[in-house]
Amino acid sequence: MDSVDSVFYSDHSGPSSNPLLDQLPSYQSLLYRRKSSTSGGTKRRGSSRGRLGSSSSWRWKGDKVEERPKAPSLQRPIRELPKTMEEKRRDREQRMEQDKDLSSWKQWRQNTRRTLKRLKEDSVEMLRALELWRGDIHVIEGMFGTGILSYFSFLRFLVLLNFVIFLLMFGFVMLPIIIATHASGNITFNRSDGSECSNYPSTSRRGLVVFHQYITDLLSGTGFLEETYLFYGYYKVEAIRFPRFTYSIPLAYVLVTVAYLLLSLIWIVKRSAAGFKRNLVQDEDRFQSFCNKIFAGWDFCITNENAARLKRSSLLYELKTDLEEERIKQKIAGRTRREKCRIYLLRLVLNVFVVAVLATCFYCIYRATIHSQQSQMQRPTNFILDLIYEYLPSIVITLANFITPLMFSLIIQFEDYSPAFEIRFTLLRCVFMRLASIGVLLFSLWSQITSCEGSKCQCGYNHTLYPCWETHVGQEMYKLMIFDFIIIGAATVLVEFPRKLIVTHCDCGLAKWWGQQEFAIPQNVLEIVYGQTICWIGTFYCPLLPAISTIKYFIVFYIKKMTLVNNCRPATRPFRASSSNFFFLAVLLIGLALACVPLAVSIAEIDCSQACGPFVNYTKSWEVVPHTVSQLPNGLQGFLRAISSEPFAVTFFVITCLAMFYVIALAGAHKRVVNQLREQLAMEGRDKRFLIQKLCQAQRSLQVHSRSARESAQNYSDPGGVFLVRPPSDSATHA
Amino acid sequence: MGNKQTIFTDEQLDAYQDCTFFTRKEILRLHGRYHELAPHLVPMDYTNDPDVKLPLALIVNMPELKENPFRNRIVESFSEDGQGNLSFNDFVDMFSVLSEMAPRELKAIYAFKIYDFNTDNFICKEDLEKTLNKLTREELTPEEVNLVCEKAIEEADLDGDSKLSFADFENMISRAPDFLSTFHIRI
Repeated sequence: MDSVDSVFYSDHSGPSSNPLLDQLPSYQSLLYRRKSSTSGGTKRRGSSRGRLGSSSSWRWKGDKVEERPKAPSLQRPIRELPKTMEEKRRDREQRMEQDKDLSSWKQWRQNTRRTLKRLKEDSVEMLRALELWRGDIHVIEGMFGTGILSYFSFLRFLVLLNFVIFLLMFGFVMLPIIIATHASGNITFNRSDGSECSNYPSTSRRGLVVFHQYITDLLSGTGFLEETYLFYGYYKVEAIRFPRFTYSIPLAYVLVTVAYLLLSLIWIVKRSAAGFKRNLVQDEDRFQSFCNKIFAGWDFCITNENAARLKRSSLLYELKTDLEEERIKQKIAGRTRREKCRIYLLRLVLNVFVVAVLATCFYCIYRATIHSQQSQMQRPTNFILDLIYEYLPSIVITLANFITPLMFSLIIQFEDYSPAFEIRFTLLRCVFMRLASIGVLLFSLWSQITSCEGSKCQCGYNHTLYPCWETHVGQEMYKLMIFDFIIIGAATVLVEFPRKLIVTHCDCGLAKWWGQQEFAIPQNVLEIVYGQTICWIGTFYCPLLPAISTIKYFIVFYIKKMTLVNNCRPATRPFRASSSNFFFLAVLLIGLALACVPLAVSIAEIDCSQACGPFVNYTKSWEVVPHTVSQLPNGLQGFLRAISSEPFAVTFFVITCLAMFYVIALAGAHKRVVNQLREQLAMEGRDKRFLIQKLCQAQRSLQVHSRSARESAQNYSDPGGVFLVRPPSDSATHA
Repeated sequence: MGNKQTIFTDEQLDAYQDCTFFTRKEILRLHGRYHELAPHLVPMDYTNDPDVKLPLALIVNMPELKENPFRNRIVESFSEDGQGNLSFNDFVDMFSVLSEMAPRELKAIYAFKIYDFNTDNFICKEDLEKTLNKLTREELTPEEVNLVCEKAIEEADLDGDSKLSFADFENMISRAPDFLSTFHIRI
């Protein structure tokens, strides 16, 4: 290879040794024209044209081929050209001159386009100034880099999402009721039909109320909070008759629930689309490539000395881990059959153990819920004990979610996976544990609600214990959210601050082993996704929950920022920004999917309470929609029935499957083409080098021939007959 | 809107707005930053395009660049003379390319220049070794450095000459997911 490559060895003291190479268009793209160059000593900096592909034409050094003036619509914007400022200004003036030659219609179009662009830029800048927490996030980025930044921008996204959900719920369900009492609307309340099912004993406290009762009520949503806008049971409105139309509250309630779930889905998918596209295009078979770490590893945003030091050490750690992973891959490839059997058996045993641990936790949650429900039905005894019983499910869930990640990270070390896979798998298990625990809680609640003394419940649910079961479920969700918030605050104040104090002031071995708190991004993300899942499920039963959630995440932002700045050092295992964005949104989507299941079951399957809420006149909550559809005009009704009928659904499904297969096939074809082009590129490069080498050889032999011909002619004219050997003059191979 | 500034003419600001990714306010702010690097050298009045260049040593001490291991190379790549002396135009150009709104292709061109230490239009193994040593402050052993550089070239080199031309580099950057988010400086 060396002989071919010798054409490329430029001695760094002077210009490159082959003028041919300099004339190649691909070289011209990045040629540095230094002051001593042959281009006449112009003061221009290098790089005349970037890789503009087919939309530009090249200017050859020797040839005077002028650039073809392109049509304005095909030109790239000037700011994207890799030229110096003076060149760009000259280009701009040139383009403006060209514009003057156009017809007045085209000129007007150009001007409007320019003003619209300016307007758009100004409005974008104004919107960005209004962005929430812009300054704080800037500071965090400078101190800790883009990995942790992605966590905080995710938190900001959740605040906005919750606020929008609250606005939806408020605007379509609460606002009409509030307006109707002040405007001329006539509210029709749901009448109780006197049956046993619609008997709802009032829960407001009477008589002398002890002070701590109010605290219990505030923390568990009972008492004075139960009959407010906070819970489902208060919305006992059937319809509001305005002068011109009737506003059906039950319909609005169901449709807003579906709407906020759809809105969340669309917003999350849109946000993850950018990251997902990039993941699809790459066909990486390794976790993160070396090139990515070297060339895109350093965060240019870092301005803090400590952060720079930490970033350096984390990059070092990553590179060492990658080298280690290469070694492990080679070790795995070299495993014997017997070793493989042993490892698979071990993995099976450990997975069974993990499943057993999960089952135990779920059973504990189930029993805790049932115990808590039973104790709530009895008379209140001790204030503190009652509160503990109310919060028992939350306490058990939090304990389980604290212990199981530790166990999982211990177990996975024995399973002998590659480090990258270990991280992913542990995370998957933790995600499943967190989100499934909510499902188990709901399941155990429902088993309590739908079980009566006899075999079948009279009203479809246990109306003696739970006259208004939706409010009860809403209260449980409310308690979960409050407890989650308390735990985040308490963990920061009671665990992280003391830890920092101990580590900085104490010098004992224990403090050194414990070390300073690391801001572990995956666990923090799971925490807030858990809270968001509760919000999604709970909004149907507790319409003000999104507002509480917005306020909670707002405060959590400041708590986390404070603890990050004061107590934490960044994790030694850094979380990359690109993959982390995708990871956050993927986990959020799993949470959304998990939230849809209980809601769908409860709206469509479980009998709604007859004593409270907007659906008193219906057996199941979903029935309001078919009922409304049947009251629509015939044409619309027929259309809607056709859309929801089976033939249509099956056809739609088949067409979607066909579209998906087509797109997958297209992606496969593109991948093949990309591989072929890559091979072709490599081949072209080798061809080019081969041809240049041949050309140089031909040039050299031509010069040698002409030199020797000249010398023999000169020597022939020498009278002394002595061979005058002149030193070879500087040949044309040197520029 | 508000008080009329006398640092630039309106045409100059328009030209800057077209040629960079900054708005008028940001360009004025950049001028303030440039001025405070050397208040006695940099005039407040740029309406007649004064020819003032600030040396490399002043610019690499800016807080945004101070901790960057490639600060010298960055400033050299954007300077006309290749020695790191930046005029205000070069200064604005540098931060414009490194801002969030610059497209990937443009950033890739300048990234190639930055990482090409010996300016021979190739990123050869020595350039890679220098990059790696600047990144890790030479805390990797020489064998590890060698191994990493070999693996990186193996990943990115398409035409088989065991160094990276711009085509190789651009192709590799298009597959590097972190490039856009890390190759940017906020000012």
